[in-house]
Amino acid sequence: MPYRGKALLADSERGKGRNPVGIRFFFSVDPITLIASRTSIRFAQQALILLKRLCPWAKTSNSLGGVVLTRAVASHAAQLGILNTMASAVMNILQAAVDWMTFAFDAPSARAVVFGVPIGGHLFVEGLLLVVILYLLSQKSYKPPKKPLSKKEIDELCDEWTPEPLIPPLTKEMQREPPVLESAARPHTTIDGQEVVNFASANYLGLIGHQKLLDSCTSAMETYGVGSCGPRSFYGTIDVHLDCEARIAKFLGTPDSILYSYGLSTVFSAIPAFCKKGDIIIVDEGVHWGIQNGLYLSRSTIVYFKHNDMASLQSKLEKITLENKRAKKMRRYIMIEAVYQNSGQIAPLDDIIRLKEKYLFRVLVDESNSFGVLGRSGKGLAEYHGIPIEKIDIVTAAMGHALAAEGGFCTGNARIIDHQRLSSSAYVFSASLPPYLASAAISAIDVLEENPSLITKLKENIAVLWAGLSDLQGLEIASNPHSPIVFLRLKNSTGSFKSDLQLLEDIADRVLKEDSVFVVTSKRSILDKCPLPVGIKLFISAAHSESDLLKASEALKRVAASTFPNCG
Amino acid sequence: MITIPYLTALTTYFSYGLLFAFGQFRDFFRKIFDWWNSSNRQGYAPICLGNEDFYTRRLYLRIQDCFGRPISSAPDAWFDVVERYSNDHNKTLKRTDKVKHCLNLGSYNYLGFAAADEYCTPRAIESLKLFSPSTSSARADGGTTALHKELEEYVANFVGKPAAIVFGMGYVTNSAIIPVLIGKGGLIISDSLNHSSIINGARGSGATIRVFQHNTPSHLENVLREQIAEGQPRTHRPWKKIIVVVEGIYSMEGELCKLPEVVSICKKYKAYVYLDEAHSIGAVGRTGRGVCELLAVDTADVDVMMGTFTKSFGSCGGYIAGSKELIQFLKYACPAHLYGTSISPPAAQQIISAIKVILGEDGSSRGAQKLARIRENSNFFRSELQKMGFEVLGDNDSPIMPIMLYNPSKIPAFSRECLKQNVAVVTVGFPATPLLLGRARICISASHSREDLINALEVISKVGDLVGIKYFPAEPKKEHREDGTIKLD
Repeated sequence: MPYRGKALLADSERGKGRNPVGIRFFFSVDPITLIASRTSIRFAQQALILLKRLCPWAKTSNSLGGVVLTRAVASHAAQLGILNTMASAVMNILQAAVDWMTFAFDAPSARAVVFGVPIGGHLFVEGLLLVVILYLLSQKSYKPPKKPLSKKEIDELCDEWTPEPLIPPLTKEMQREPPVLESAARPHTTIDGQEVVNFASANYLGLIGHQKLLDSCTSAMETYGVGSCGPRSFYGTIDVHLDCEARIAKFLGTPDSILYSYGLSTVFSAIPAFCKKGDIIIVDEGVHWGIQNGLYLSRSTIVYFKHNDMASLQSKLEKITLENKRAKKMRRYIMIEAVYQNSGQIAPLDDIIRLKEKYLFRVLVDESNSFGVLGRSGKGLAEYHGIPIEKIDIVTAAMGHALAAEGGFCTGNARIIDHQRLSSSAYVFSASLPPYLASAAISAIDVLEENPSLITKLKENIAVLWAGLSDLQGLEIASNPHSPIVFLRLKNSTGSFKSDLQLLEDIADRVLKEDSVFVVTSKRSILDKCPLPVGIKLFISAAHSESDLLKASEALKRVAASTFPNCG
Repeated sequence: MITIPYLTALTTYFSYGLLFAFGQFRDFFRKIFDWWNSSNRQGYAPICLGNEDFYTRRLYLRIQDCFGRPISSAPDAWFDVVERYSNDHNKTLKRTDKVKHCLNLGSYNYLGFAAADEYCTPRAIESLKLFSPSTSSARADGGTTALHKELEEYVANFVGKPAAIVFGMGYVTNSAIIPVLIGKGGLIISDSLNHSSIINGARGSGATIRVFQHNTPSHLENVLREQIAEGQPRTHRPWKKIIVVVEGIYSMEGELCKLPEVVSICKKYKAYVYLDEAHSIGAVGRTGRGVCELLAVDTADVDVMMGTFTKSFGSCGGYIAGSKELIQFLKYACPAHLYGTSISPPAAQQIISAIKVILGEDGSSRGAQKLARIRENSNFFRSELQKMGFEVLGDNDSPIMPIMLYNPSKIPAFSRECLKQNVAVVTVGFPATPLLLGRARICISASHSREDLINALEVISKVGDLVGIKYFPAEPKKEHREDGTIKLD
C-alpha cells in the first residue's frame, strides 16, 4: 500500500509536536508490533537494572543456585582466561535473570490457568507492557522551549503596527455616479428633467407601473403596513407569503416553493444549504456574483467549465467521475444560469440534462433573467427547451426582474424546500419580504398568465432590436437571439479590462446625453471573478414600442460609427 | 454571563439526551424502511447526508407549530395569528380560516411603524404610484431614483455620519460589505454572538476571523494584543488591517454593546470599528439615534455604521453610514450596489417618513412620544418580569428581553400556553442559542399600551408558574406596586 503509507506520513508531518507515541502510530503500518518491540527493549533495560540491584541479594540466597554457579564461574575464569570469563559471565547473568524471573513468575497469579491453558508469565509481561504504554502515553509531548513575549514587547509591537487605510485611495473611475431617475423606471423615464427611453431596467414584461400591481400593493400596504418586522419564523410569515409561494409553485408546476426577501440573497443562501465541504459543484465560468459568493460560502470543491461550452462541461464531468473514486458518495451539482447576466447567453438545458443523467449530477438553475421570459408561457428555461421542470433539481430566481416586484424564490420538490426553511441562512436570519411585494408578485404572475401575448411581444421586440443592431461598427452582439438581455461587446478589445470598460461607458454616456437612450455597461465589482468580457447591456421590455427600439439602434449605430471610424 | 442552576442543567441535558435517543431509535427503523423501499434515487448521494437534518426531523418537527406562525394582519401591537392544524403528528401544518387575535410580543416593531401609520402610509402609497414597487435594476445601473438619493441623505443625517448608502436587504448589507472592506491578510475580530449575516460576510471575505467573548472588552483587548504581536498565521507578517465587529443590541440577549470601552480599545490598537445597529437604530437613544447616542459615543469614532430598516422603521433594507470616501468606494466596489435590485421605492419612502416622524419634522411630537413610550414600556416590563422571579437577560432601556426557559420541553409549553391566552411570544432553542440556553424572547413596542403590558404580564406570570420557569424567588407584591408607579414617571 504505497499510496496509503504516503498519506500516513503526510499525516504524521502535521501531527508533529503532539504526542510522540501518536507520531509513531502514524509512521507504522502495524503499530502494535512496533510498540511491542520498543517496549520490550525498555523492558529488557529495566530488567537488567533490576538484576543488578538484585545481585547481592541473590548471592546470599540459598534457594537460588546462583551462588554455586558464581563461584564455579570465578574459579573457571582464573583458568580459562578473560575471554572465556566474559562469555560465562554473560551466561551467568542470564542464568541469574532466568532464575529471578522463575521466582517472580512463581507467584500464585503466574500459575493461573485460563480455560485449561496455563498462562505462565504472560500476565506479568503483558501487565508490564500495559504499564509501559500508559507511562509513555502519559508523557507530555515535546515542545521546543518558547519564551512568551513580555508585556513590554507586545506594547512595542502594538505601537509599531500601522494598519492599511480602511479603503484604498479613490481614483477617478470610482467617482462615477449613475443617472438619477425622477419617475418610475418604465420604458420611458425621466432623467435630469428629460424623457429618455429606458433600456436599463430588467422590466421584461413591462409590468412596472401596471395598474393591477399598483392596486394590489396599495391594498396590501393598507392591511399589512410596509415592512413585516420579523423573520419568517418569528411572526414574519404573513398569509400573502404563503399564498405567493403556492402561486409560484402552481404556475411552474412544482410541488413547493420558498420566498426570500431579496433576489441576490436567494441563490447565495440556497447553494450553501445544499452543498457542504466535500461536495462537488461544476459551474459555468460566466455566472454572476451571487452564485460565485454562494459557491465560495459552501466550501465545496468548485470546478469551472468554459462559458456555455458543452464539450468543456462533458470533459470536466468525465474527468471528475473517473478521477474521483469517492465521487459516487458525494453530492454532485451542475450550476448554471438560464440567461447569463454577464453575457446574455442561454444555457442549452437539453444537453445539460443529457449529461447530468449520464454522470448522475443534480442541476441547479438560476432563472433570474428567464423566469417570465423564456418558454411559451414564461415558465423559464425548462419550458423553452421542452423539458419537464422536474428534471431540474433546484430552481432559483429573482422576482425583481420580470415580475417587477422584489425578493426571490427557490422551487423544487418538497424535501428541497423544507430543508431550506431551517438551513438557509438568508431565509432564517433575515426579515421576510414586505407583504406588499409578495402580493405584487402574485398579481404579476396573474397578469402573465392572463396575457401570454406579453411574451410574444417581448420576442418580437428582441427581434426588432437585433435587426437594428446587426451592422454596428466596432461592436457585436454576443447574446442569444432569444435572450431579453442584448449584450454588445467590443469586436476588438483594447487589451485591458479598464480601458474597454471606459470606452463602453463613454459610448453609453453619449447615447444617453445625445439621444436620450438609457443603456448601461456591465459592471464588475472588485469581488467578481467573472472572466467574460464587458459590454453594453440592453434590457428589452415588452412595453418598448417599435419606435423606441429603432431609436436605440439608430443611436447606438451613430455613436459607434463616430467612436470606431475605422472598423467595418 | 448566564449561570444555569445545576439541577436545570442536568434535566436539560437529560431531555436532549432522551430526544436524541428516541430520534436515533426512529432513524434506525427509518433506515431499515428506506432500505426496503430504496427511495433514494439510484446513484445520487442523498440531498441531506446522514445526520445533517437529524435535528429538523426528530426535534424541530415535534414543536414546529411554535415557529413560523402565519399572521393575517399587520404586525402591530395586536395581530391575527392564523390557526393551523396537523393530521400527521406535526409533520405538515395546514392553515385554517380561523384566526386568533393576540397581543404581539414577538415582532421587531419597536416604534410601532409596522401598521398603517397616519403619516407614513399615505406617503408610501404616493411613492408607489409615482415610482412603482420596483425599479428592476441595480443601483449602479438604472435603479437610482430621486427617492433613493433623498433616503441616503436622510439616513446619513439621522445616523450622524457624512454619507450613507442603502441596500435592499439588511442581511445582504452585512454579507456583501464586509468582503469589500477586508480580504486576505486582514483580521476580523467578531463578538461571539454576532448575527449570522456578519458571520456570513466575514467568511465570504477570506480574512482571518477571531472571536472574542461576548461583550467582554477586556478579552477583546487580549485578542487584539495577541494578534497584533503574532501577526498573520504561519507567515507572521503584520496584519493588513483589523476590523472589530460588534452589534448595538444583541438580538438574542437583549444586551447593549459596551461600545465606549470597545471604541477606546480599538482606538488604542488602531483597529477599525464596525457597528451593526440592526436592533438599536431608532429604538434607543434620546432621539432614537441608536447606541452611540445612548452611550454617548461620538459617531466619528465608529468607522462603519451599519443598520437595518426592518425593525424600528417598519420597512425593509439596510444601510452603511461612514465617511464620504468610504461610501464612494462602496458605490464603486460593493456587489450589492452593482448587482442587487435597488430598495423598493415605497419602502424607501416609508423610511424617510419614519425618520421625519422620529425627528419631529412631520410637525407633531409623535416621534418623541414613541421614543419615550418604548423606553418606559421596556423598563416597566423588564422590572416587572424580574420581580416575578423570571430570569431575564439584557440591559435596561433595551426593548428586547429574553426569559430563560432552559429545558427543551418548556419551549413549546411556554409558547403554546401563552398563545392559548392570546399572547404571542417568540421562543428560541438550539441551534439559534446554545443547547442549554433555550429562551423566550419578548420584544416591546411603543404601540403597546400600559393595559396591554399588564395583561401580558399576568398571562406570562400564570404560564410561568405552570411551566416552572420562575427560577428566582418573587418579590413581595407591595413593593411591586410602588416600583411600578415610580417607573411610570
